[in-house]
Amino acid sequence: MKFLLTYLKPFRNRMAVGFSIKVAGTVAELFLPYILTHILDNVIGTLRVEKVIFWGVVMIICAAAACAGNIIANRMAAKTSKDFSKKMRKDLFEKTLYLSASDTDRFTIPSLESRITTDTYNVHNFVSMMQRMGVRAPILLIGGLSISFFMDANLALVMLATLPFIFITVYSISKNGVPLYSKVQKSVDNMVRVVREDTQGIRVIKALSKNDYENRRYDAVNLELSKEERKAGTIMGSVNPIMTLLMNLGITAVVAISAFTVAKGISTPATVIAFVQYFTLISMAMMVISRIFVMYTKCAASANRIAEVLETPDSFFVTEDDSPADEEKFISFENVSFSYLGKKNNLENLSVSVPKGGTLGIIGATGSGKSTFAKLLMRSYEADSGKIKIAGRDISSYSRKELTAMFGVALQNDFLYADTVRENIAFGRELSDDEIRRAAKIAQAEEFIEALPEKYDHVIAPKGTNLSGGQRQRLLIARAVAAKPDIIILDDSSSALDYKTDAALRKALDTELSGSTVITVAQRVSSVKNCGLILVLDNGKVIGRGTHEELLETCPEYKEISDSQMGGAFID
Amino acid sequence: MTEKKNTKGILLRLGKYVLREWPLFLSAVLFTLLSNQLSLLGPKYSGAAIDAIGLSGGTDFSAVRENVIKMAVCYAISAVLAYFLAVIMVHLSQRIVYAMRKQLFEKLNTLPVGYFDTHPTGDIISRISYDIDTINSSLSHDLVQVMTSVYTVIGSLVFMWNISKPMILIFAFTVPASILFTRYRSKKVRPLFSERSKKLGELNGFAEEMLSGTRSIEAYGKQDVISGRFNERNETAMEAYYRAEYYGATLGPSVNFINNLSMSLVAMLGGILYMLSFGGKFEETSIFFITLGGVAQFVQYSRKFAGPINEFANILHEFQSAFSAAERVFRIIDEEPEPADAQDAQSLEHVEGFVEVDDVSFGYTPEKPILKNVSVTAKPGKTIAIVGPTGAGKTTIINLLMRFYDVDSGEIRLEGIPAKEIKRKDLRKAFTMVLQDTWLFHGTVFENIVYGRENATFEEVKAAAKAARIDKYIESLPDGYNTVLSDDGVNISKGQRQLITIARAFLSDAPMLILDEATSNVDSRTEIKIQEAMNELMKGRTCFVIAHRLSTIQNADNILVVLDGKIAEQGTHEELMKAGGFYSSLYNSQFA
Repeated sequence: MKFLLTYLKPFRNRMAVGFSIKVAGTVAELFLPYILTHILDNVIGTLRVEKVIFWGVVMIICAAAACAGNIIANRMAAKTSKDFSKKMRKDLFEKTLYLSASDTDRFTIPSLESRITTDTYNVHNFVSMMQRMGVRAPILLIGGLSISFFMDANLALVMLATLPFIFITVYSISKNGVPLYSKVQKSVDNMVRVVREDTQGIRVIKALSKNDYENRRYDAVNLELSKEERKAGTIMGSVNPIMTLLMNLGITAVVAISAFTVAKGISTPATVIAFVQYFTLISMAMMVISRIFVMYTKCAASANRIAEVLETPDSFFVTEDDSPADEEKFISFENVSFSYLGKKNNLENLSVSVPKGGTLGIIGATGSGKSTFAKLLMRSYEADSGKIKIAGRDISSYSRKELTAMFGVALQNDFLYADTVRENIAFGRELSDDEIRRAAKIAQAEEFIEALPEKYDHVIAPKGTNLSGGQRQRLLIARAVAAKPDIIILDDSSSALDYKTDAALRKALDTELSGSTVITVAQRVSSVKNCGLILVLDNGKVIGRGTHEELLETCPEYKEISDSQMGGAFID
Repeated sequence: MTEKKNTKGILLRLGKYVLREWPLFLSAVLFTLLSNQLSLLGPKYSGAAIDAIGLSGGTDFSAVRENVIKMAVCYAISAVLAYFLAVIMVHLSQRIVYAMRKQLFEKLNTLPVGYFDTHPTGDIISRISYDIDTINSSLSHDLVQVMTSVYTVIGSLVFMWNISKPMILIFAFTVPASILFTRYRSKKVRPLFSERSKKLGELNGFAEEMLSGTRSIEAYGKQDVISGRFNERNETAMEAYYRAEYYGATLGPSVNFINNLSMSLVAMLGGILYMLSFGGKFEETSIFFITLGGVAQFVQYSRKFAGPINEFANILHEFQSAFSAAERVFRIIDEEPEPADAQDAQSLEHVEGFVEVDDVSFGYTPEKPILKNVSVTAKPGKTIAIVGPTGAGKTTIINLLMRFYDVDSGEIRLEGIPAKEIKRKDLRKAFTMVLQDTWLFHGTVFENIVYGRENATFEEVKAAAKAARIDKYIESLPDGYNTVLSDDGVNISKGQRQLITIARAFLSDAPMLILDEATSNVDSRTEIKIQEAMNELMKGRTCFVIAHRLSTIQNADNILVVLDGKIAEQGTHEELMKAGGFYSSLYNSQFA
C-alpha cells in the first residue's frame, strides 16, 4: 500500500484544493437541516412571511453552493484519479516489459495481464471513491463526536468506548480480507488463462469437437472464482453489521447510563435526546466508512499484486570490462554452461568464437539447446558458468541499450502485431522508407508486400493471422536486418521458406550485410551449409564443429541429417 | 430512439438474470425491509426509555431497563439480519455473474473461427473479466438499495398526501424536473460511458498482444517505444474515463440540488400556509389548512422521500458503467454463432473417407476471392498433397474441409453427402488435424495428449508419445507425464510442442487426416524417425497434406498445385513431372 502514497504524492496540492472545496460544499449541505429546524422552531412562530422567505432563500443559496462545490470537487477528483491510474498503469506496463525472461515465466503472462487490467481498476476505483465519498463521512463522524463531547463529556466517553472494539474488528477482518481478495485475483488469473488459451486454440478445439471439454475446463475456473469471491464477500459482509451493532450498543449504553446521570442531575433528558439524534448521524457515517473499508481491502490486495511486479528488482546489472576490441573473436563463448530449471544442463561447456562479419550455423535435434545459445548471447538468461564476450568485452559490461542495439533478431516465437507492414518491420525504430524497402528485399518479402492492397501500409491482423507462415517469417527477417545490426540472429526463422527463397536470402545477407555477423539456428542443412562454422548440438553438447564439408567427414550425425534432407528440398 | 430501445433492452435482460434467481432476490428484499424496520424500532424504544428517564416524578428505572433491553435486542437482531442480507447479496450476485461468465464463454466456443481471427484476444478477456466484474459490483451494492428505496419513496409520498395536498404540488414540479434532468444527462453521458468501456477493451487488447511478444521486444530493446504506444492508448482510455466522469459528475449534485430546492420550497410554502391557517384564512376542513406539527411532519417525510432519490442519483454513474459493460457482454452473447446444423442434418455413421470438392469458390471477404472453382476428389485411403506458393490458398482448403468457414459457391461432399447436411460435430470428428501452430493448454503432458481421445489409457498415451519420439523427453521432465506445461514456459521448445500435438493425433481414430505443416518445427532426423509412425497413421486414411518437403509430397496419390486460388495442375508425381509445369520446375530447382 505504501507505493499508493508515493503515486498520490504528486497530486497532493490538487487533492488538497479539491478536498477543501468538497468540505465547504459538504458543510453548506449540512447546514440545510439546521436552517430547516430553525425555520420550524423559531421563524414560523413569528408569523412573518418575509422572514420565512428570507431563510428559505438562504437554504436555496446553501443548496446551490453545495451543488457547485460537489460538482467541482468531483471533477477534480476524477482528474486526480485519472492521472494517478494513468501513471501507475504506465509504470506497471513498462516494468512488465523490462522483466527478465525468468521473472515473466514466474509471474506468467495471464497474471501480468490481469494485473495491468483488473488490479489497476480495483485500485483506481478505490482512489476515485475515496475522494468522492471519503469526505462527508469523516466530517459527520468527527463533527458529530465533537458536538457530543461538547454537550456531555461523560456520555460521549461511553460512546467513545465502542471505538476500540470497532478498531479491533476492522483490523482483524482486514487481516483476513486482504489474503482472501488476493486469492480472488489469483482465480481471475486462472480464468483469464483459460479464455486466452481457448481463443488461441479455437481451431483445434473445434476440430476435435472439444466444446464440452472446454466448457468444463472453464467451468472449473469459473466456479473457483465464484467460490473465492463468495468467501471474501461473506467475510467482508460482516463489517457493516458488526460496526453498526457496536455503535448501536454504544447508544444503548448511553441511554442506560444516562438514567443514572439524569437521576443524579448530571445530565438532562434534552441532552440525551440530542445525543441520540447525533448518534444516528454518526452511525450513518460509519456505514459509509465501512463500505470504503471493504473497498480498501479489495484495493490493498490488488495494490500488493501491482507492487509485487513494480518492486521486482531489475536483474540486469552492468559490470566493468575495458578489454580491447577483438574483431577476430567478435562473438565468443568460453566454457558456457546453462540450465533453465537447475536440473539438467541445457548447454554444457560450450566454447566457440566467430569473427566479425563471419557466419555461424547451429544445427541439432529438437531440444538440443540451439535456441538457448541465442538466448544466452542476447542475455535473456544469465549463463550459469563460463564467459560470453562480444567484441572482446564480457556481455555483462554492455548496457541494455548498447547490447540490444547490436542485434537484429528473428525469433522462433514469431511476434507480429496489428499494425502496418512498415511498422512491423520498423518495430519502433526510426527507419527510412528506403531502409525498410531494402530490408524487405533482402528478406525476399518485397514481392508479396507489393501484392498487398496497400503495400507497406497494409494493416495485418493481430499476430499476423492473415499471413501465411512463410510470409510471417519473411517479415520477421526483414525486421531483423532492417537496421543493419552487428549481429543477426535467425532462430529457426526460415523453416517455412522454400529452398530457392532460402538460398536467395542467404546470398542477399552475404552481399548486402557483409559486415554483420550472422548466427543461423536451423534444422535444415541447406540453411547453414554455407556458414563459416557450423556447430552440431545434441543434448546441450557440441558433437561436431567445422564447415559443411568437414562435418560430412567427421560428424556422422551431421551426415545423417544431411543425407535425410538430400532430395528432400522444401517448397513453399 | 434506438438508443432508448437499446437501454430498455439491456435493462430488461439484466432484470431477467435477477429474476431467474427470484428466491434469493425476494429474500434479499424481505431481509432489507425487516432489518430496516427493526432498526427503526430501536429509536422508538430509546424514545420510550428517555421518556421514562425524564419523568417529572424521577426516573422509572424498571421501564428504562425494559426499553434498553428491547433496544439492544432489536439492534442485535437487526445486525444479524443485515449480515444475512449481505450474505444473500453475495450469493445472488455471484450466481448471476457466474451464469453470465459461463454463458459468455460457452457462446465463445460456438462462434465461427473467423470471429477470433478478427477480434483481439485482450478485448474478449476484458469483457469476460472487467466488464462482468463491473456488472457484479453494481448488482451487489446497488440493486437492493434501489429496490427498497422505492418502498420508502412511495410510503413517504402517501404520508405527505395525507398531510397536505397543496404542498405535494411542489413535488409535482421538482420530481419531474429531476427525472427529466436525469434522462437528459444520461442520454448525453451514456455514449461517454460506452466509449470508456470500449477504450479500456482496446487498451487491454493492445496489452495482451504486446505481452505475447515481450521476448522480441526485449531483443530489440524497444521497451520504451512499445510502452510509449501503450501509453498513448492508456491516455485515450483514461481521457475517455475522465470525460465520462467529468460530465457524469454533474448529475448527482444537481439532483441533490433539486431535492434541496424542493425542501426549501416546502419550508417556505409550509410556513406561509401555516401562518394563513393560523390567521384563520382557511377552514379546518380546507385542503390548505395545516398545523405547525403538520408542517414539521411533512418536512420530515419529504426528507425521507428525497433521501433515496439523492442516493440513486449518486450511484447512477455506477449504473451507467454497469450498463455499458452489460452492453459489451451482450454483444458477444448476441453474436451470430456458427450457423446451426440443418434440421435434417445427418449423423455420420461409418466414414470411409470419400471426399469431393466440387467447383468451390471462396473468399474471407467478398471483394477478395481466395479460391476459384476448385474441384478435387479424394478416394478413401488416398493421400492428397497440396502444393503452391505462400498465400495461394492451401490452408483455406483445409478451413473449408473442416467447415471453419462455409463455401461461397460450389459444394463439398463427404461420402456423397453435402457437408452442409452433415452435423458439424460428426464432420469434424471424421478428421484429425496437426497444424503448424501448435496449441497446448495449461495442464499436464498427459492431459494434453489424451485430449485427442478422452478415454485413452495411460499405456495408449505412452505408446503415442513413443511413436512421436517424445516419450523419452517427457520421462526426463521432473514429473514425467504429470509435468504441468505452462503456456509460455521455457521448459519446452517449439519442436517438442509440435511432437506432443503429433502424439495427440496418433491417439485419434478418425478416418481422415489433415497435416498442415505438421512437422515444420521438428528437426529432420526426428522427422524421419517419426515418419514410420506417420505412415502407419496415414495407412487406410484419407489424408490431406500440406508440406514443404518434396519427399513427403512425391509419394502422394494426387498432388494439387494451387496457384492464385486455382488448381493449376494435378496428378501424381510422375504425371506432373512429365507435364513439365510449375511442379516440375519447382522439383528441379532443388538440384539447381
